[in-house]
Amino acid sequence: MSTKYTEDHEWINVEGDIGTIGISPYAAKQLGDVVFVELPEIGREMDKGDEAAVVESVKAASEVYAPVGGEVIAVNEALEDAPETVNASPDGEGWFIKIKISDADELDALMDEAAYKTYCDGL
Amino acid sequence: MIDLKQTKLHSLHVAAGAKMVPFAGYNMPVQYPLGVLGEHNHTRAKAGLFDVSHMGQCFIAADDGTFETAAKALEKLVPASLTDLEPGQQRYSQFLNEEGGTLDDLMISRLGFEGHTHKLYLVVNAGCKDADYAHIEKHLPDGVSLDIKDDVLSLIALQGPKAAEVLGAMNSAVKDLVFMTHTDLPLTKTIWVHVSRSGYTGEDGFEISVKHDDVEELTKLLLAHDDVQLIGLGARDSLRMEAGLCLYGHELDPSVSPIEAGLIWSIQKHRRSADAGYLGAARVANDLADKSTKRLVGILPEGRAPAREHTEIQDMDGNSIGEITSGGFGPTVGGPVAIGFVGRKFTKAGTAVQLIVRGKPRPAKIVKMPFAAHNYYRGA
Repeated sequence: MSTKYTEDHEWINVEGDIGTIGISPYAAKQLGDVVFVELPEIGREMDKGDEAAVVESVKAASEVYAPVGGEVIAVNEALEDAPETVNASPDGEGWFIKIKISDADELDALMDEAAYKTYCDGL
Repeated sequence: MIDLKQTKLHSLHVAAGAKMVPFAGYNMPVQYPLGVLGEHNHTRAKAGLFDVSHMGQCFIAADDGTFETAAKALEKLVPASLTDLEPGQQRYSQFLNEEGGTLDDLMISRLGFEGHTHKLYLVVNAGCKDADYAHIEKHLPDGVSLDIKDDVLSLIALQGPKAAEVLGAMNSAVKDLVFMTHTDLPLTKTIWVHVSRSGYTGEDGFEISVKHDDVEELTKLLLAHDDVQLIGLGARDSLRMEAGLCLYGHELDPSVSPIEAGLIWSIQKHRRSADAGYLGAARVANDLADKSTKRLVGILPEGRAPAREHTEIQDMDGNSIGEITSGGFGPTVGGPVAIGFVGRKFTKAGTAVQLIVRGKPRPAKIVKMPFAAHNYYRGA
């Protein structure tokens, strides 16, 4: 089990061929108060870089992109009534979707935690 | 990249941890560490302090020293009636082009201070001010002059239910001002201000015009009060949206008449005819009579998804009937709110419409504005 990060501040936590996707605490802080999350339908196939979800703060809407390709197998329905969970626990209860990863090799292009931290420090 | 201007409170914003963004040529605080939601709620509950020094401030006065000459000159450029303004009275109006489209919206006050009641004081939008000044200069007759004060005056706003108590502790005379009145007074032994009881949040509050040299000292004195918190442009936008107030560049632009924008209340009855004698009067009269013209309405989306600016509005049969001009989350409402233009037959409160958000139709209904009740002080 490992967590990888994108330059767009998504994270994916991998267990076997299942990946749980969310946004990093850095991203959640930059967005500000999250008031709505639009999640995809279960069963949707997406490629790496496709729009996986939309997260809306008071100020603006932002896209969340799929860190790797796969099929959506679960969405965090709790975010419908409690979108603020994204701010309270971005790397825990504020996860967005789970996917069945189609090509595990795509994970290699992502940053590990140390590399992501260095990346954020440089922003 | 254009050099951004700074207000005299720039270093104070930065020290307070503000996130600064470019806005109308200025580097302005969009939010402080409290965040947009917290700042919005603080303003509705206590008192929010806004730096709005990017806005334009100017005076108009006549060489003959009479108010009437100055008022008559400016009445050629705005729909509002001005010659009947009492000393210290303030009105909201708009600069219109010849076609009756809106060049800017503004506040106009007749000064109330003895010896100065012949002068008009104007506050205009930051993004429009240079064009406004050129427009005024072009149209003012000989013997009436424009005096731009942006090199001398800052502007701050104190808004919220605690505003009168906080400012009243510095000079209790401010408590006697009612909504849309204006006066000059000292807040300390050395700091004199123009102060009006008005604002852009729907709350009771004040806009305070103060010399550049004094603005930081005054701001710090106000911030020393436990109930006062700095508020950024983010919350300023959500507050004005819930109050149903127009924002230039969104609801208002050179194609939109004040009638379309729902601003008929700002045009006194005798100023509504085509021969009222100001630029754009024919359009105002036409749009009042012509049922084909669009109207600005409040829109309440069902569910939690905000519908942002430029979202298409459709009727229930899927026909396009308009577009959202401002939309987002209303913290006081506790859900999404939006403002937009629709055809005249869709303006009735309760009318069901759909909003096309990311390609999907979402149900919404037309509602009366404001979304959050106004709390203006109109007298004890």
